[in-house]
Amino acid sequence: MKITVSGKEKEYSEGITIKQLIEAENVENPLYVTVTLNDEFIQSSEIETAVIKDGDSIEFLYFMGGGC
Amino acid sequence: MNLRNNMITLKRKDYDSIVEYAKEQLPAEACGLIAGTVDGNGDKTVEKVYLLTNTDDSSEHFTMDPKEQLSSVKDMRANGIAPLGNWHSHPETPSRPSDEDKRLAYDSTASYMILSLMDKENPVLNSFHIEGTNSNKEDLVIV
Repeated sequence: MKITVSGKEKEYSEGITIKQLIEAENVENPLYVTVTLNDEFIQSSEIETAVIKDGDSIEFLYFMGGGC
Repeated sequence: MNLRNNMITLKRKDYDSIVEYAKEQLPAEACGLIAGTVDGNGDKTVEKVYLLTNTDDSSEHFTMDPKEQLSSVKDMRANGIAPLGNWHSHPETPSRPSDEDKRLAYDSTASYMILSLMDKENPVLNSFHIEGTNSNKEDLVIV
């Protein structure tokens, strides 16, 4: 199936979960990454079970914060 | 081994936007993203700055609004520019990365700009490369 990952079209097997995609994409520091699936923010509890479908668009956003 | 500091160029109007926005957000910290291009030497040119909401609304901490982050990333793509890093203000402290800034700097390729408003009439903006607990000041050029 074809999906869009961070703006780039890619080919992945049917049934892949977001967690598996994070591993396949070698996302660094995954604990600090927020995932969107078709512009919807995915709860961390859903990362392991949410299945990606053909045509889906996924974004990985790093938590950005700090303090003085 | 790279012995020279990377240079990062920021347009005067973008610098002014950052300062104006950061002053408007006082006493809270302000934050945003920077995007542009990187040349073969690793030198960066900021083509666009993004002014984001600090969801902490705090004078000591900031968290960028993830929804605004998402829309900013899409805008960067639409404009053919790359994410270069982020910026935030220190309302009452110097322009240098705090321990928390270093701990939460996950991207060693990013530039982290910090605007000090300790002296409101004389803001100080510096840009840093942060890797682990180490930080180097980059050569920031405002044109």
